[in-house]
Amino acid sequence: MNRHEKAKNFKQVNTSVTKIDALQLALGKDSYVADFVPNNALIVKMLWSPHAHARIKKLDVSKAEKMPGVKAVLWYGNVPRIAHCTAGQGFPEPSPYDTFMFDKKVRFVGDRVAAVAAETEEQALAALEAIKVEYELLKPVFSLDEAMAPGAPVIHDEAEAHVPIPIPYEPKKNLVAHVACEAGSFEKGLKEADFKFDQTYETPYAQHCPIEPYTSMAQLAPSGRIHITTSTQVPFHCRRIVAKTLDVPVQKIRVVKPRIGGGFGCKQEVLLDDVTAMFALRTGRACLWQFNREETFRTGRTRHPFRIRLQAGVKKDGTITAINMDCINNTGAYGGHGLTVVSCAGSKVLPLYHCENIKFDGKSYYTNLPVGGAYRGFGATQAFFAMESLMDQMAEAIGMDPMKFRQLNHIREGEGSPIFAALGEGREGTPMTVGSNALAECIVQGAEAINWKDRKDWRGKTGRYRRGIGMACLMQGSSIPDIDMGAASIKINEDGSFNLLVGATDLGTGSDTVLAQIAAEELETATDKMIVYSSDTDLTPFDVGAYASSTTYLSGEAVRKAAADAKRQILATGAEMLGLPVAEVFCEDAAVHSKKDEKKKVTYSDIANYALYQKNQYQIIGTASHITKKSPPPFAAHFAEIEVDTWTGFIKVLNYVSTIDCGTAVNPALAEGQTEGGTLNGISYALTEEYLFDKDGKMQNASFADYHIYSMRDRPPLRTILVPSYEETGPFGAKSVSEICINGAAPVFANALYNATGARLREFPLTPEKVLKAIQAVNQKK
Amino acid sequence: MTKTNHTVNFTINGEKKTFATRPDEKLLTLLRREGYRGTKYGCGQGTCGACTVLLDGRATYACLLYSMQAEGREVRTIESVGTFDKPGEFQKELVAAGAVQCGYCIPGMVMSATALMETEEVFEDEIVKEYMDGNLCRCTGYEKIWVALRKTLDKQAAQPKPAAKKTSAKGARK
Repeated sequence: MNRHEKAKNFKQVNTSVTKIDALQLALGKDSYVADFVPNNALIVKMLWSPHAHARIKKLDVSKAEKMPGVKAVLWYGNVPRIAHCTAGQGFPEPSPYDTFMFDKKVRFVGDRVAAVAAETEEQALAALEAIKVEYELLKPVFSLDEAMAPGAPVIHDEAEAHVPIPIPYEPKKNLVAHVACEAGSFEKGLKEADFKFDQTYETPYAQHCPIEPYTSMAQLAPSGRIHITTSTQVPFHCRRIVAKTLDVPVQKIRVVKPRIGGGFGCKQEVLLDDVTAMFALRTGRACLWQFNREETFRTGRTRHPFRIRLQAGVKKDGTITAINMDCINNTGAYGGHGLTVVSCAGSKVLPLYHCENIKFDGKSYYTNLPVGGAYRGFGATQAFFAMESLMDQMAEAIGMDPMKFRQLNHIREGEGSPIFAALGEGREGTPMTVGSNALAECIVQGAEAINWKDRKDWRGKTGRYRRGIGMACLMQGSSIPDIDMGAASIKINEDGSFNLLVGATDLGTGSDTVLAQIAAEELETATDKMIVYSSDTDLTPFDVGAYASSTTYLSGEAVRKAAADAKRQILATGAEMLGLPVAEVFCEDAAVHSKKDEKKKVTYSDIANYALYQKNQYQIIGTASHITKKSPPPFAAHFAEIEVDTWTGFIKVLNYVSTIDCGTAVNPALAEGQTEGGTLNGISYALTEEYLFDKDGKMQNASFADYHIYSMRDRPPLRTILVPSYEETGPFGAKSVSEICINGAAPVFANALYNATGARLREFPLTPEKVLKAIQAVNQKK
Repeated sequence: MTKTNHTVNFTINGEKKTFATRPDEKLLTLLRREGYRGTKYGCGQGTCGACTVLLDGRATYACLLYSMQAEGREVRTIESVGTFDKPGEFQKELVAAGAVQCGYCIPGMVMSATALMETEEVFEDEIVKEYMDGNLCRCTGYEKIWVALRKTLDKQAAQPKPAAKKTSAKGARK
């Protein structure tokens, strides 16, 4: 039986099993970091830099140290100075070591100056007021042009700044990373084109806005070890980075991830744990540090703003002859993810359409603005805005329907792209052909749902309110090939239940449930027999963590392999109990059965009792690790119909259709939930979210009152369509689901706005002000 | 907490209690300190709704309210709504719909919905949104929360009605 046929017989996978922690969370039971803090914990508060770029001439904490309730103060004068990277990535990281626990220099408004741990929050805040700082102000760098200019102020002039792997890094020029590649010849391709294009696009800052802010608590165990409970997507990276930053052995640290109140990438960063751990060491007390919302916006990680120049050539018949994508992005004051985010802008976008001549150049620069981090979509979000906007423009130039133009050119099953091999993460990529691909069907179903066939050219539209339909095609990846690793172990209990221990990090996505389903499917038992425990560096196997769309695909396959390992042991013991050779038994419905005599069976509970207590005793325990050679892309086609008020520039979303091919949806309800949440986040980002800075580089709208994220009232009609395929290399045919869905809204709306009004915006959010100006420009041209 | 001479008395989930507090302590801080930790901190600015509790039946941001403002009043938290054995109707529907992702916003959502269900008689979409608008969620896109809420409300609306109490969004947060 091939796997496609097997897919029809799934019992646990591809069903919407209830998320295993859903009721616990809905009841409000203790679940998150702050729920586990002892009442006598010290409260940590940070003095943040009010300046974008300054040297600290003098820092006096002596008065603060003597304030009531203050137990410790940390500043550059009393902590180790160890260059490290806060980004939770593979090791050694493809990111600069340009960060210190505390430094004599501050590089953005919201950078660390000194921290206080006190008995109460009020005492900690009062102590911050008592810290005296004298700054020598330095010229700040607020734009990419300023950062790149010859003679620009050097943001990282410290001697220690370096990248631990051999990749371009020139801090003296504010250059964080540079990656370039060419397949075929762009110049040659451009010559073959009937139409040529050269456009520049800009994408804005944004914050992830998990409703649970960054939270970390550290305490000393009776053994003297540091026990960190933290809201993180990367517990193992957290342990490694804290060990390095504090100069203590990894052995001395335990990191536990309880339930996480959302992450979306921003918690792929070790931003608090070095400080809470250091305070725990210094005071011997439990220390809690929770960012407030303002801190989450100003100091928390953000989406890297990009400037993308996209050049392309197309023939009249729709052949794309050449593409050149030139990305420059702003990493803000520290360079974590600088290389990878710009690499992904190329590697997750350029393979989508057939083209023999592709050139890519990506650079990341420091500025004295908030720091970029990992954010769902990661580079692809930014680059798809450019690519999919230009696809519409190219289609119009050759007089082809933009959907047909995409259908003509998109990558098919069995096809590769030179970009897969050319662009990796800090090294060359991995050659790959696309195994599963239901993009064609995604387009067909999405077009039907949005009624694409009735779409009309903008030139015939009149009146105040004008409707337009837009679309975009998308791809992403599933884990980082040859870099990411996930591991799991699974052991049986007397009642036939299993402890499933995974390094993988459920940050609210439901991955614990998905992984339990995968284990149960492989073990021929029910999902509710799984007791899942994830991400405790003392107890669970390693996993790189929840990022790069890796959990279901990569960690899921580790779980499947671990379950298969346990199953082998169950079969062997079951056969022994039945007095049969292993070849004559099989597993079904939580029992080992004889193939010949259907009455002969022993249940998993019988087997566990036998193995634990009765004869030839041993613990049935399976364990496995998984790496991957491939990063199979999920595919998606997004469509929307909008209504533009040409008097005010306001865009109303009438309908949004989000299709996705994520292979086998292990849990369709959760896969839909990922797609719905990511899509709405994308819609909110496309229409309203942005960082507003004052002239000194301070973010001005650091609250949900001024940085609007969509509420239940704002939510437009949204339809999600899961289009199945079967990814041979994934667990039971699955590939990733969570990131791709955020990439669609910005290009879809830009294209729909054009279709409604003839106005083309190459930057977003598509605020009424910008839209109105663009419409007025169209009217003036007429 | 350091030494204090202040106390506040209020009814919490049906029980009359006296708590030590300080004039500058927020109700959210007091509740969490006293073990009502289902009420979450999300922004401290009265904008996200994770800290929503009912104050005399009305949905209120506990992060903005001083503890002493609860003096003599009735406070209800998520702990009063359901248990593992007997979850509230909306909680059941949320779980069934797959509407709980990270779950951090859910207790607040449940409290706003409780205010809605106990105040209104007719659950038109616009009224529902009025009550739920102050509860932000970043995970779900609200789709499945909406489905679960609509189901709960439709079920309740189908039941024989007690005498109408109030109308039109009076229990919603201002």
